[in-house]
Amino acid sequence: MGCPAMSEVDYADVQGLVRFGYGHMTRASYALVKVKNVTAAKSWLLSASITSAVATKPPPVTALNVAFTAAGLSALGLPQSVIAGFSHEFRGGMTEESRARQLGDVGKNASLNWAWGGNGREPHVLVMFFAEPGQFDSFIESAKGNTWTDAFEELTWLGTSDLDENEPFGFADGISQPQIDWEQQRQTPCSQIEYTNIVALGEFLLGYRNEYGKITDRPLLEPDDASAGLLAAEDAPERKDLGRNGTYLVMRQLEQNVRNFWQSLYQQAGGNLAETDKLAAKMVGRTKAGDPLVPIQPQPIPGMDPARAQQNQFTYESDQAGARCPFGAHIRRSNPRNSDFPERRIGALRKLIIMLGLGPRGFHDDLISSVRFHRILRRGREYGPELLPADALASSPSNDPERGLHFVCLNANILRQFEFLQNAWIMNTKFSGLTGESDPLLGNREAIPGCPVTGDFTTPGDGSLRRRISGLPQFVTVRGGAYFFLPSLRAIRYFARDGSA
Amino acid sequence: MTPQSNFMVLAPIDPKREMELRQLLDSMNRAPGRVDPNNDLIPFGEFETLHFARLIILDDKTTEDIRVYGLAPRSYPLYLAFLGDIDGDVSAFLGKLIKRAGKGLGRIFSCCEGFDSDTDLLAWMRQHHAPAIAAYVNWRGRTVRQIREEAALYEALENYIEENATVLRDLTPLECHANLRDFITAEKSAGRLSLSEESPTPLGWQIKNLLHLIGLPLLVLIALPLLIVIAPFYIIALRRLEKTDPEVCPIADQKHCENLSRFEDHDITNQFSAMGSLKPGFVRLLTTIGVLKTVNYGARHITRRGRLGRIRSIHFARWVFVASTERMVFFSNYDGSVESYMDDFINKTGFGLNASFSNGIGYPRTNWLVLDGCNDERDYKEYLRRHTLPTQVWYKAYPGLTAVDLEMNTRIRQGLESLSMSDEEAREWVALL
Repeated sequence: MGCPAMSEVDYADVQGLVRFGYGHMTRASYALVKVKNVTAAKSWLLSASITSAVATKPPPVTALNVAFTAAGLSALGLPQSVIAGFSHEFRGGMTEESRARQLGDVGKNASLNWAWGGNGREPHVLVMFFAEPGQFDSFIESAKGNTWTDAFEELTWLGTSDLDENEPFGFADGISQPQIDWEQQRQTPCSQIEYTNIVALGEFLLGYRNEYGKITDRPLLEPDDASAGLLAAEDAPERKDLGRNGTYLVMRQLEQNVRNFWQSLYQQAGGNLAETDKLAAKMVGRTKAGDPLVPIQPQPIPGMDPARAQQNQFTYESDQAGARCPFGAHIRRSNPRNSDFPERRIGALRKLIIMLGLGPRGFHDDLISSVRFHRILRRGREYGPELLPADALASSPSNDPERGLHFVCLNANILRQFEFLQNAWIMNTKFSGLTGESDPLLGNREAIPGCPVTGDFTTPGDGSLRRRISGLPQFVTVRGGAYFFLPSLRAIRYFARDGSA
Repeated sequence: MTPQSNFMVLAPIDPKREMELRQLLDSMNRAPGRVDPNNDLIPFGEFETLHFARLIILDDKTTEDIRVYGLAPRSYPLYLAFLGDIDGDVSAFLGKLIKRAGKGLGRIFSCCEGFDSDTDLLAWMRQHHAPAIAAYVNWRGRTVRQIREEAALYEALENYIEENATVLRDLTPLECHANLRDFITAEKSAGRLSLSEESPTPLGWQIKNLLHLIGLPLLVLIALPLLIVIAPFYIIALRRLEKTDPEVCPIADQKHCENLSRFEDHDITNQFSAMGSLKPGFVRLLTTIGVLKTVNYGARHITRRGRLGRIRSIHFARWVFVASTERMVFFSNYDGSVESYMDDFINKTGFGLNASFSNGIGYPRTNWLVLDGCNDERDYKEYLRRHTLPTQVWYKAYPGLTAVDLEMNTRIRQGLESLSMSDEEAREWVALL
């Protein structure tokens, strides 16, 4: 494609969360705040030691990252003309009515019922605190410093819990993550058929080339005294790039009804524990230990973390009928891997024939959108006390605490990445030729016109009739959410400079 | 086979009555984007051969874009378009439509220029007919009736399987097929299910189709010597234009986008209407007509049923010139959200998208007509969103069913009707259920 060479990433300018999940910092808290006093808020931002993406040895024991909603940037005095340079989704917000419909935030998920993010409870700033256990409380106090109380009105604090890399239903989580091409070595061909786990830097960081070889829109500023500290835009060197080294952060509080999940499945499985586990694994696409239901392939997948290969080096090529991992399984919906092209390892002529739609005519061919444009980087944390599957079958005590996931993902294009995934793959009742079912874990089971039933789950048979269970209840309820901009450190200093209010 | 056809009535709106027309159109909806199929003006649901219909005010906000060529924008009248996709021929349908909804149509069209109380409705509609330059039908020959019968078939099978799952699951695919066929035969003889036989294909249509099939290649063949002579000049001219044509892809207005979204994602299928001006000059006009004639030919004679290139989510689509060759509008009915629709087009059929849309003013820069262009994904999406029009009234005869659902149901039915099957065919058939 002949892309001009891009300059190297200045890790000191990127917030650490983009590069690290801070796994060893097992304690974390998220403060959702509103700006109370602009001057104090700016002074807090200027003095805060935001953790960058520079790798250190030993790694830091605490980390602090911040992100802003569109309303938050406005509250800090960023002019509307600049905010207009951010994406439609970020500006419109997660709760906008049509968007809510697309995301499945209707019925019990409606923002009207949210603990935060809806009606008058929209945060301005998300402040994320991470630390190793011993350091946590003192770190929060010192990070808040003495301007915090003047600067912000706290909407809520979201606590997290360390479930030892499991999510609350009891399944190993976070196994599959895209590998970011930090070195910007990746060529981005128009059509790539092979599944790869390496994803262009511009998919996760603004100001760099994405999977289309293009740089995603973000606010570009005229150079002046105020913007002097910002980097120049790669594609418009005469202008300053407010987005560069920043990205968008999607946060959703997902309440998981662990008891209901295991009890419903137990009932569906006729009260047989082994069958219950099998059904749950079919719904997830992995066993509780995290092993995929399709076999690991011998040949490596580019960009696959070798440490994870034992659980992640697979595609669905060996399971095109969905007999091992159902089409509707959670991991097959959220990353269909290589299901987006009917044949692999083919010559140019065959490829042309397929492109013209004159190739194979199997029912399941070509039902999936091109996967590589729809990857997200997950950075969420669990909350609530652990409840083991075996204990979940017991009836709920009257004061059963809430459990779930503070889902956090990073992407440079919310619409094409998070929203697409949520809409076209997770919530879609017509995913991959299915009908009458959405994601078995996340589905809201709401009727849509012409489809009264959305609570099925189908397990294709291997040469026999499929099993279809129906009437799945809603296991996961959205309790809050917002779109944030996770700026570069330079952009934070720009937001926090004097005189912009 | 009953071939599908389409109609479109296009008429300038009387400016004094635009508000009244908008209110009338709104009154046909239960809520924005949700038509009342039994509304008083045009009870779409009563027409058993109507697949899709829409009423739209062609309020193109991008006519100023032509200024990038140093040309003054023309002021066009505001048009109303009424279009539909139907089984069988247009005359018969319009006759039925006028008989049942003549009064409502009269009320709507009375808001247009040149329509008053004593106008002959049918003659007026014919006079205002706007033909498509290219049209696509997902599954030629599949009627609304067939779709509904096959949906009922699926429903019946689903219920039967649910009740007899334990028995059926132990059967081989061939035994399972035989069991279900027996069940359906019994249902049909009891009158609880009907699967109508295909009607004979009208002879006139067959002849016309054959003439079209050989006509276009023949014409090209005859003109070939001339085309060869012209080709180098054409290519040079096109390349020059491609290098110099200005791009106009500003970020689409947020309010406009939110207004479009209000009408979307109520059904599993969505409408799409986009309008714009062609780039000035003969070369672009010629390219547009050439490309769209090719698309039309391909869609009619080459594409497989159920597919447009690699795309399986489009029910019906068409391109129409608006009153002159200066402006064009594209209509489609597709499954999923607009983002997945655009995404599929860019990633799976980008070349076709570039060829057919790059002659519009402001389209992201293409090379050799089919390269680049929409690969500038973000610019392309802003471009398209900016050119998209809100569709005031949109009707679909089979809510909740995607084109892939329809194909699944048809395949299930075909399998049931086939008397002999190999083991492998039976396996594939059982997997559809």
